[in-house]
Amino acid sequence: MDPTAPSLIGGKGRTSGSYYFPKNLGGNDPACIQDDDREEILLSRFGKVWSYTSADYPPALPYIITEEPFRPFVIAAVHLEKEEMVICGQMMPGVEVADMDVGMEVELTLDVLYEDDQNQYMVWKWDPINGSAK
Amino acid sequence: MSVGEIAVIGAGMHPWGKFLGKSFVDIGVHAAKEALDDAGVEWEEIQFVSGANTVRNGYPGWVSGSTFANALGFQGCQLASSYAACASGVTALSIARAQILSGVCDVALVVGADQVPKGMFAPVPGDRPADVDWLRFRLMGLSNPAYFGLFARRRMAMHGDTQDDFAAVKVKNSLHGSKNPNARFSKTFTIDDVNSSPVVADPLRLLEICTTSDGGAALVVSSLDYAKKKGIDSPVRISGISTVGPTYPNAIIDMPYFSSDSWAMSGDPTHTFKNQIAQHAYKEAGITAEDLDFAEVYDLSSAYELDWYEHIGLCESGKAREILHNGDTSLGGRIPVNPSGGLGAFGEAIPAQAIAQVCELTWQLRGEAGERQVNSASVGLSINYGMFGHGSSVIARR
Repeated sequence: MDPTAPSLIGGKGRTSGSYYFPKNLGGNDPACIQDDDREEILLSRFGKVWSYTSADYPPALPYIITEEPFRPFVIAAVHLEKEEMVICGQMMPGVEVADMDVGMEVELTLDVLYEDDQNQYMVWKWDPINGSAK
Repeated sequence: MSVGEIAVIGAGMHPWGKFLGKSFVDIGVHAAKEALDDAGVEWEEIQFVSGANTVRNGYPGWVSGSTFANALGFQGCQLASSYAACASGVTALSIARAQILSGVCDVALVVGADQVPKGMFAPVPGDRPADVDWLRFRLMGLSNPAYFGLFARRRMAMHGDTQDDFAAVKVKNSLHGSKNPNARFSKTFTIDDVNSSPVVADPLRLLEICTTSDGGAALVVSSLDYAKKKGIDSPVRISGISTVGPTYPNAIIDMPYFSSDSWAMSGDPTHTFKNQIAQHAYKEAGITAEDLDFAEVYDLSSAYELDWYEHIGLCESGKAREILHNGDTSLGGRIPVNPSGGLGAFGEAIPAQAIAQVCELTWQLRGEAGERQVNSASVGLSINYGMFGHGSSVIARR
């Protein structure tokens, strides 16, 4: 996967035609409950903000706070048009609530979630597309 | 569908708050004894105990039916313990109803109580990368208030609601709660008070997000015949209970999931489980939202209360703030919502809250709600929702 243009790995029902994210944690579709029925696909990298909010207080464990003092962050729920589904993620650091609007276009990107002696653990975040932020 | 009715012959509550010296057992037993006294039924007469579990109090919390029976003195009756997150209380009640209607027992005690640490709820400890509830915290710090914030911002974008609309819900419920001796918070708030409290999950502020509380609630329920034999001629009756789960695909994201279902095949971006829950209770009771005199809804946040007006059919989608501002949902209005003060005045005590809602239905329907009495209350509905997909709704009438 191109680290500068990452995609989330999702599932598509071979017969149901529906989309799932995460591929195997969705369950719930009676027409496609087995992993075998779900083909692995890359989900759309672009979407529109369905809604957003902020975390002004530190979330509880197992969220790992990497900076002291805690820096509030913005969370977006993003609608992917082709898949017709909404996926949450943090906005990239530096994005403020005042920068957000329902309907604004965002792009999937990667950021460090936390690190230990051996590894950096990455997570997806959403980033405003240039020019679409307020 | 034809579902028989059962009677609520006793309701009891332990006041809600923070009780650091007490255990959830003490709190539940207090509520149970109140319910038994209210019913005029001796503990020895109870044939079935249905406990709503707490997952934050060790093993005794996971076997609450046995724990409460033990604390009241083992007298050999049948027991059940259930957990369905915030819907646990109604799951426990639905089991008691099934036992009564099938003739397995005549009279049952339903109890739920909790004692929890201060602060936001967190997942049960341990690493579980295949558990969405664990993943939502680990991957993005998506706490419960974040969902309330997402729902609130969505209302603002779709319906033009404002932060003042949301604050007005808190103002209303704090006034209702000030008239309820069992509520944790008796203070009344103004719009300015709400708007000057700190933001927790934009656009929601500290005073708009329900706290976590300790509390307990209990009901004594029986067959209609048993109630008659006890000399209760016109008991509160439970006419409908909903414990439905979702129908795929749920297009509106729900706690604890961090994605919605895809509506690519259904074509319906508005389908939500929360619209299904009350419908089942209405169907069992053979009524519609038009027949309700009042409702107790799941106001985890101020804005969320407005969502519930629409989910239970009090108004069309997007019209909730109209029936809030014209006074319909205030005490004295057409359909008071949360006359008890709701979770905004109580806080969440997970296994107790759905039972506490039915206590309020009972007191209102008997005309015993004092200063917060709903005028000529004859049909009431309660609704809440257990995380992961447990519906919970009760219709009671008298």
